[in-house]
Amino acid sequence: MEILVYIALFAPFVSSLFALMFVMVPKQTFVGIVASLLLFISFLASATLAYHIAMTNEVIHVTMMDWIVVGDLSIPFGFVADHVSVTMMVVVSLVSTVVHIYSIGYMDHDRSFNRFFSYLSAFVFSMMVLVMSDNFAGLFIGWEGVGVCSWLLIGFWYHKKDVTRDINPSISPSWAANEAFIMNRIADLGMLVGIFIIFWNTGSLQYDEVFPKLAELSPVVLITAAIALFIGAMGKSAQFPLHTWLTDAMEGPTPVSALIHAATMVTAGVFLVIRANPLFGMEEVAGVSYFIASLGTFVAFFAASMALVNRDLKRIIAFSTLSQLGYMFAAAGLGAYWIALFHLAAHAFFKALLFLGAGNVMHAMHDELDIFKMGALRKKMRWTWLYMGLASLALAGIPPLAGFFSKDAIIESAFNEGSLILWAMLVITAGMTAFYSFRQVFLTFHGDARYKEFGIHPHEMYTYVLIGLSPLAILAAIAGFGKDWFEGFITNLLPEYEMSEHTHHLASILGAIVLAFAVGGILLAAFKYIRGLKRSEKTENSFIYRLLANQYYIPQLYAEMISKPYAELSSIFWKSIDMKIVDATVDAIANVVYKSGDGSRKMQSGNLSNYLAWMIFGAVALLIAALISSAIG
Amino acid sequence: MIGLNHYLIISGLLFAIGLMGVVRRKNLLMLFFSTEIMLNAANIALAAAGHFYNDLSGQMFAFFVIAIAASEVAVGLGLLILIYKKNGTLDLDDLATMKG
Repeated sequence: MEILVYIALFAPFVSSLFALMFVMVPKQTFVGIVASLLLFISFLASATLAYHIAMTNEVIHVTMMDWIVVGDLSIPFGFVADHVSVTMMVVVSLVSTVVHIYSIGYMDHDRSFNRFFSYLSAFVFSMMVLVMSDNFAGLFIGWEGVGVCSWLLIGFWYHKKDVTRDINPSISPSWAANEAFIMNRIADLGMLVGIFIIFWNTGSLQYDEVFPKLAELSPVVLITAAIALFIGAMGKSAQFPLHTWLTDAMEGPTPVSALIHAATMVTAGVFLVIRANPLFGMEEVAGVSYFIASLGTFVAFFAASMALVNRDLKRIIAFSTLSQLGYMFAAAGLGAYWIALFHLAAHAFFKALLFLGAGNVMHAMHDELDIFKMGALRKKMRWTWLYMGLASLALAGIPPLAGFFSKDAIIESAFNEGSLILWAMLVITAGMTAFYSFRQVFLTFHGDARYKEFGIHPHEMYTYVLIGLSPLAILAAIAGFGKDWFEGFITNLLPEYEMSEHTHHLASILGAIVLAFAVGGILLAAFKYIRGLKRSEKTENSFIYRLLANQYYIPQLYAEMISKPYAELSSIFWKSIDMKIVDATVDAIANVVYKSGDGSRKMQSGNLSNYLAWMIFGAVALLIAALISSAIG
Repeated sequence: MIGLNHYLIISGLLFAIGLMGVVRRKNLLMLFFSTEIMLNAANIALAAAGHFYNDLSGQMFAFFVIAIAASEVAVGLGLLILIYKKNGTLDLDDLATMKG
């Protein structure tokens, strides 16, 4: 079994190195095929491990080698395949296999085709390290690794210039990449502090050594550690107020958005909270956990509200990802860790499908993303319509698709905890989710063919790409039925979450309320958009519409309050401190050396007589120095 | 009575004369003579000191210096002749070909 752990982990790495050999040559289709195959091998290994663990309930722990051994500190390169990590491994490797296959078609005309696969596989490797590591240091390595790969991939089309959009400020891929990276660095500092606090107080970073020792620590230490770790999670999972990078990250190629910014990397924050559940589940840190749940609920609502009016196909899905991450945090904060993980997996399937469908549309529409310029694509792209419709139904939480089971469980647990405000917000958000998902579907695929006036001739994606997407579609449809099995499987490791008798009683009514909101949202969207787009000046100029369309002016606020003062300050430091003090000092030293060299150059006259005179001068000087020193000494 | 100091003074004077010659003269041959004067100044000091301490090693050292100086002169003069044949002059100012 150990060998399977290594195969699952290193197959993506091999794939990345393989693709790396071809980065300097033009497109080679076999690079994509080999990369996809290696990813598929990784998936097979993960699935076998999952089967083995499900059958025998045995946790597989491997220690590859010692990594840092200094004094009392010992951090081995250790990997663990337990119930949680194996779930993540299967999800990550499955989605990335599909995304790799998809990319062969999507990146078909890109001149950096081979480079793309190298980055994409490197990302998968980092993500595997993140989820499989048996200690916080390894987790952090993976955490930073996925950050770097995310940066590389968002900025993949680094040569693109800034473009001004209708609503959003002008951005370019390289700008968005930097924004994502810098925001994550801010949060990573919090994460590092959390790891340091843990090491300082427990003397170890291994999960299975740290968690038993937590009970001995003082509440202050526990709360600080939990807050610091959660700050790290907030950055990676783009929670308010560090959320702006996720929508801007849509500048990257669509497969990247599907894999990194929907299915896997952004869920790393949720994974961290789930992984550290012995810490977050303690009585002492109940306040922090409740804050996580509240923030998650707030983000779910907040992001969904911005998605209601957005016109950018990918950004709508990005906001929806934010919103669903909020749901996951709400569940994790309420102690329903397994439900959070279940929603994470279900979300990965239908959100990746939704994104890849959006990629098909983008491909067909020649990179046009404005849904106001689409419409009636159903006739041209029947399969994509089917996939995106299915994914949207799953996202909206319509039974029997995956989203219904997972989201309903989250909302139910909010009710179960007695936090009715959270419950109400989550229910309303479910309605909003249904509305914006179907607003997008109807505007893209139904109504009048608005693209004609822009001279676009849409066409369906390659058949093998559409077939490649089918695993995601199937899972988005049926994953919900695995809920009871998954609960039995995962609660071997994660704490059980029991609904109270009272909630159990009301479960069907609660489900019906959520469903009513979801169906209501869809019907509202259908009523407004299915016949075509009718724009109303009055609505679009209303305060609320503009507030939402401008993302509550938060990007502008950050630009004005943080970026510009910082640029100002940097310019002052550059001109007055760097140039006048630091540079001046260095220049002065150089000048002294230069001038003295220039002066003493004349000594080198080539005349033996002068040399002898200098030699005697030197000998006399040394003699005098010796005399003086002997006189003093 | 002539004592050690007299010898040392004459030795110092000779050395100073040699040194001045090395610094001031421009003719390579004269430079050579000046170095010989300096060597012999040292020889006088060695011999005088050896006698003063009743130790023969000072005088032996002087002999060595004389012997080595003789061979050095043989080689040096040969080189001087070659330089003169090549350049037609022994003036140091004219021989400064490696001016930096």
